[in-house]
Amino acid sequence: MIYFIFAYFCLSMIGISLIAITRKNPVHSVLWLLLLFLHIAVVYLFLNAEFLAMVQIIVYAGAILVMFLFTVFLLGAKNIPKEKRYTNLWEGRLLVGLALTAIFVAIFSKIKLSFKGIHTIEYIEKTGNVKAVGTVLFNEYALSILMLGIILLIPMIAVVVLAWRKT
Amino acid sequence: MISLEYYLALSAVIFSIGLISILINRNLIVVLISLEVMLAGVNLSLVALSHYMSDIKGQILVLFSIGVAAGSVAVGLSLLIANFNLRKSVDILELSELKEEHVE
Repeated sequence: MIYFIFAYFCLSMIGISLIAITRKNPVHSVLWLLLLFLHIAVVYLFLNAEFLAMVQIIVYAGAILVMFLFTVFLLGAKNIPKEKRYTNLWEGRLLVGLALTAIFVAIFSKIKLSFKGIHTIEYIEKTGNVKAVGTVLFNEYALSILMLGIILLIPMIAVVVLAWRKT
Repeated sequence: MISLEYYLALSAVIFSIGLISILINRNLIVVLISLEVMLAGVNLSLVALSHYMSDIKGQILVLFSIGVAAGSVAVGLSLLIANFNLRKSVDILELSELKEEHVE
């Protein structure tokens, strides 16, 4: 049963991402991308990452896609030209991309793992995923998450500088 | 139990779809959207490896990746709007001011 569910998610994620990048209207593209992120959140639930599934839905689907939608609204969907969507000689680039796809799949499906960490499934079941993530995050990576805050602050300044209008 | 290879192959296919779209599309918005698709593929492979290696640091790396992606996408979209105000176009082939033959 789990195989059928996983097969559905594989096929629908590939199909949705193909649909999302070929739409003419960018608003439709962003909405298909929202559906792709919801599917990815469910695949995170397959992998025992409940906290990341919620973060995926809240941050990606809630914040980043709304930012995309506001950009498309600000530009105006009618102002975006719909002809000439692809570059010249796109067939050659497509062939290069398909060759890279074959290489990626061939390499990634040959990976053998030789490392086992301490966060086994029993440990995560005993403590809970959020507590396990938070323990490691605020003990070993406390400085890193402060730096992540600075990394999120600097783009805000950059966006204000870019949007500054001298009147 | 689904084995690791399926997750990694799925993430490779999603990453490559985004890569092909970046290579062939001319619309700047669609290029940024396919950047998000590529990031989603990479995050999926990180979470799958974190689960099968039973080490939770992969999920923390995904958390940092999501945070940095939010900042980079904000800068990218504001550059897009600035470029659109300047040029009334979202075509990436018109972004050629730094090429030498266009210098006047």
